[in-house]
Amino acid sequence: MYQAIVFLPLIGAFIAGFFGRVIGDRGAQIVTCGCMVLSALLGIVALHQVAILGQVKTVDIFTWIQSGTLELSWAVRFDTLTAVMVFVVSFCSTWIHIYSIGYMSHDTSIPRFMSYLSLFTFFMLALVTADNFVQLFFGWEGVGLCSYLLIGFWYDRPSANAAAIKAFIVNRVGDFGFALGIFATYLVFDSVNFDAVFQAVPAKAGSKIEFLGQSYDAMTVLCLLLFVGAMGKSAQLGLHTWLPDAMEGPTPVSALIHAATMVTAGVFMVCRLSPMFEYAPMALAVVAVVGASTAFFAATIGLVQNDIKRVIAYSTCSQLGYMFFAAGVSAYSAAIFHLMTHAFFKALLFLGAGSVIHAMSDEQDMRKMGGIWRQVPYTYAVMWIGSLALAGIPFFAGFYSKDLILEAAYAANSGVGAYAFWLGIGAAFLTAFYSWRLLFMTFHGTPRADEHVMAHVHESPMIMIVPLLVLAVGAVVSGFIGYEYFAGGKMTAFWKDALLVLPQHNTIEAAHHVPFWVKALPIVVAPAGIALAYYFYIARPELPGMLVRTHEPLYKFLLNKWYFDELYDMLFVRPAVWLGRGLWKGGDGYVIDGFGPDGISAATIRLARRAGRLQTGYVYHYAFAMLIGVVALVSWYLWRLH
Amino acid sequence: MTDWPILSVTTFLPLVGAVFILLTRGEPDMVARNARNVALWTSLITFVVSLLIWAGFDSSSAEFQFVEKAEWLPSFNISYHMGVDGISLFFVLLSTLLTPICVLASWEVIETRVKEYMIAFLVLETLMVGMFCALDLVVFYMFFEGVLLPMFLIIGVWGGPRRVYAAFKFFLYTLLGSVLMLIAILAMYFDSGTTDIPTLMKHGFHPSWQIWLWLAFFASFAVKVPMWPVHTWLPDAHVEAPTAGSVILAGVLLKMGGYGFLRFSLPIFPEASAFFAPMVYTLSIVAIIYTSLVALAQEDMKKLIAYSSVAHMGFVTIGIFTVNRQGLEGAMIQMLSHGVVSAALFLCVGVVYDRMHSRLIDSYGGLVHRMPIYAVVFMLFTLASVGLPGTSGFIGEFLALVGAYQANTWVAFFAATGVVLGAAYMLWLYRRVMFGKLEKESLKDILDMSWREVAVFAPLILVTLWMGIYPVSFLTPMHASIDKLIKDYEAARSTASLTIEPPTIMLARLVGMGETR
Repeated sequence: MYQAIVFLPLIGAFIAGFFGRVIGDRGAQIVTCGCMVLSALLGIVALHQVAILGQVKTVDIFTWIQSGTLELSWAVRFDTLTAVMVFVVSFCSTWIHIYSIGYMSHDTSIPRFMSYLSLFTFFMLALVTADNFVQLFFGWEGVGLCSYLLIGFWYDRPSANAAAIKAFIVNRVGDFGFALGIFATYLVFDSVNFDAVFQAVPAKAGSKIEFLGQSYDAMTVLCLLLFVGAMGKSAQLGLHTWLPDAMEGPTPVSALIHAATMVTAGVFMVCRLSPMFEYAPMALAVVAVVGASTAFFAATIGLVQNDIKRVIAYSTCSQLGYMFFAAGVSAYSAAIFHLMTHAFFKALLFLGAGSVIHAMSDEQDMRKMGGIWRQVPYTYAVMWIGSLALAGIPFFAGFYSKDLILEAAYAANSGVGAYAFWLGIGAAFLTAFYSWRLLFMTFHGTPRADEHVMAHVHESPMIMIVPLLVLAVGAVVSGFIGYEYFAGGKMTAFWKDALLVLPQHNTIEAAHHVPFWVKALPIVVAPAGIALAYYFYIARPELPGMLVRTHEPLYKFLLNKWYFDELYDMLFVRPAVWLGRGLWKGGDGYVIDGFGPDGISAATIRLARRAGRLQTGYVYHYAFAMLIGVVALVSWYLWRLH
Repeated sequence: MTDWPILSVTTFLPLVGAVFILLTRGEPDMVARNARNVALWTSLITFVVSLLIWAGFDSSSAEFQFVEKAEWLPSFNISYHMGVDGISLFFVLLSTLLTPICVLASWEVIETRVKEYMIAFLVLETLMVGMFCALDLVVFYMFFEGVLLPMFLIIGVWGGPRRVYAAFKFFLYTLLGSVLMLIAILAMYFDSGTTDIPTLMKHGFHPSWQIWLWLAFFASFAVKVPMWPVHTWLPDAHVEAPTAGSVILAGVLLKMGGYGFLRFSLPIFPEASAFFAPMVYTLSIVAIIYTSLVALAQEDMKKLIAYSSVAHMGFVTIGIFTVNRQGLEGAMIQMLSHGVVSAALFLCVGVVYDRMHSRLIDSYGGLVHRMPIYAVVFMLFTLASVGLPGTSGFIGEFLALVGAYQANTWVAFFAATGVVLGAAYMLWLYRRVMFGKLEKESLKDILDMSWREVAVFAPLILVTLWMGIYPVSFLTPMHASIDKLIKDYEAARSTASLTIEPPTIMLARLVGMGETR
């Protein structure tokens, strides 16, 4: 059964991909959705068996690599952490598959799209069920590939192609660190299987490792290197630049890959490796600081973006930051909790945005929307639900998970924890503001689209509405239901050994005992943000424009996303191209060939020419040469005699 | 074990086919058709025979297997000695796999001098297989050098417009290296009195001798690999060679260098190998970063892939000189993988070159609209080249880097940057050729791959995925031989201690070579 969960999507992808022309669009949709539904149902069964009944299990499929002591298998590992992830992934993926039937109905290559979606789901499931670092890496790269293929799905658009490549390469930079982390892990533990490594961690804690000529604490180096990979995949500060551009892909892709599942792989990785991170306090602090900084930084950019999908993309980036700083203060369970609730409400927001785009004849610029809420009642309602959940308004899903994270950060009682807490509060305020800015700009006010578009505004078909409603239910109830398992009394029984938290790091327990104002503050800032957004965009709609004029540099700075793209272009892209050209023409052409083969052959020819010039053919030239020879010989002879 | 000389059969079967083609007479069309068929069937049968070697190979043994030994020049103690171990086995298979693919890939494209072309490829196959099986230095050297001739002709006769320049550059570069190796072989013979490779492995040359001999062999192998800075023949040779020529060049000829390091440098000159390892690392890292950057700037598809070959072979040389399990096995897999993947990439270029007669990236764009099958195939090999897990490229790079990390973290650090750059130039190539709108008038009615072309790629796709998903089939036969190589290497290193003499004394020894014996 466990193998079936993982491989059913692959079968679907294979059939839709290679026999798409035979079975047709409808056939491809039925096959992929059918496989996904099965997989998701089995996923729910697995969650029950593993997490509730406690049947933790690893199924070996066959040996993958065997070289010396490096031995690893293709395997399916099911513990609570995996089961939760499998549930989230297969559940969201199934509904997004179904939504895509409606959303992509006008596209010309439906089988290809469905095939990519299913293939992605396969890799994602392989990632979360890995029982060793290398299979984790396999899934990791595989989802990266699918992300690349899906961002560039509309391959006629240059911007989509550029975004696809950017996503792949920025992720590769992260993978560079990840790979070095795997090598270092093997060097230290002589194994890359999770169980073997985790068991050996306490014994190795505090040992030193040589890295780039310096000696460092082994666990810190390992965890930081691996975390670089997580930063790339989860778009954390510095390696986040690909995520907003990834919005070039079709909207279901943004919902599935760039909100609900793939981008959370980094969070999953840190939680999966909690037995290592727990022994690397330095690394945990870095995780928390990077996460908190990203949460705040991305939220500031989200304030001024005008593309509806990009606002949500930066929001995703910011929410991932929350998950990371939760993990950074050892509240892994809270991180996964937020991962799950976020998957529901963020997928909902993206699909809702997709429904809006669908209604607005593929318009994504919020400045050209407005005043459409009556025409799209379902979409409008679910967008509200999603935003309420995102902002953490009480009793919606985000409220439970986000507040838990903030409380845990405060309860960590450290400088890093305080940093994370205050930035998290700030980000919560900004989140509420940009979410309602989005709602108001999109649905309220005077219509800014042209009449032609406005005449066509329509609610989406049922095949798109139903997934929205299902996810909306998830965005409402998942926090309420999950709280007992992720933070409440059933926590220990639920997680068992899947996560390791050292007794002195038990921030979740401490989170229950924080002062009242800590619990209350998030609930205060969110409505404040909403109120401000109301004041800016409904009450005084001329205000934003005035602010922009008075604070031009700040606005430009945010609008241009802190100039990260420009900076990287200047630092890496241009020099690489320039160096490549220089080394090619200068290095290979001028120096190596110039002094090597071409130089030698030219020198030979020159020499031969000169030698050839001596052979003039005139007898008197030769006679003259002979005469000189005779003179020289005679003089030498005489000189010897003398 | 079989009692028939299977290695000699594999080696010389293609030559029989070549003679057969040579003897055909008649109408030019008939001759061409016959030549194609004979070449295809001969190379296919050879491939089947070579599979029997794999089937009969005893993975638990580190010794040479299927050994054949016959007196050849008894007065000089030189014999015809053949055998394979876990290291050479797969190179033989790689050669026999790629030859029929080359023949099939040239089926319609080569129209002039078909007969001679097919003969050249069959002779080339004999020489390649013979070289990987040879266990006597003189036999090895003859095959090793012999490979140059048909390759020189293939580039020089059936190549592109600058074929003569490229052919000479290729020939001179490799010849220069080989001459130094020949001198070293003579020196080894005078010192040990034998050219038998297994005997030489146990001979134990004096460390200061090893330095010189190692350098002479290195000159030859480094050109073949090719290592930076003696790589500049490769882009030119590839660009001018016909597609099948590039396939063999990238697929097998480059592996001769890596094979040479494994067969000679490490076992026979262990001290010198350890001494020079830092230099090899440095050159390899430079190769990886430098050629990856250069690949980014290329405008010619074949040149780009040629430069990527240099970068990929950098992982091989690093892996070999780490002399640990993962490094060596990684280098082996990387060589096999590169043999298949780069061959396939050159074939991919060939597919569009045959249609449009241009290798310039700018002449293409948006091909995916007209050529979906081609797009899938090209994408698969692009990903394999990038080293995506699940393809052969990953296993090779990953193991080699695991090995490198154990040897030196700096090496692993810099080499791993190649993984990022590799993704950049390959994906950018793919984007410029395949994606975008199909705007060029000339491409409007380009055709997707034919069945013949699909048949050419099918076995390569199979091997790429097989080696990526279940590399155990390839790793298992290697284990014993690699193990022995490491053990012997370490044993030799612990008994001798390297003292480097001043160059003057070494020169004196070299001059007095005859007397020292």
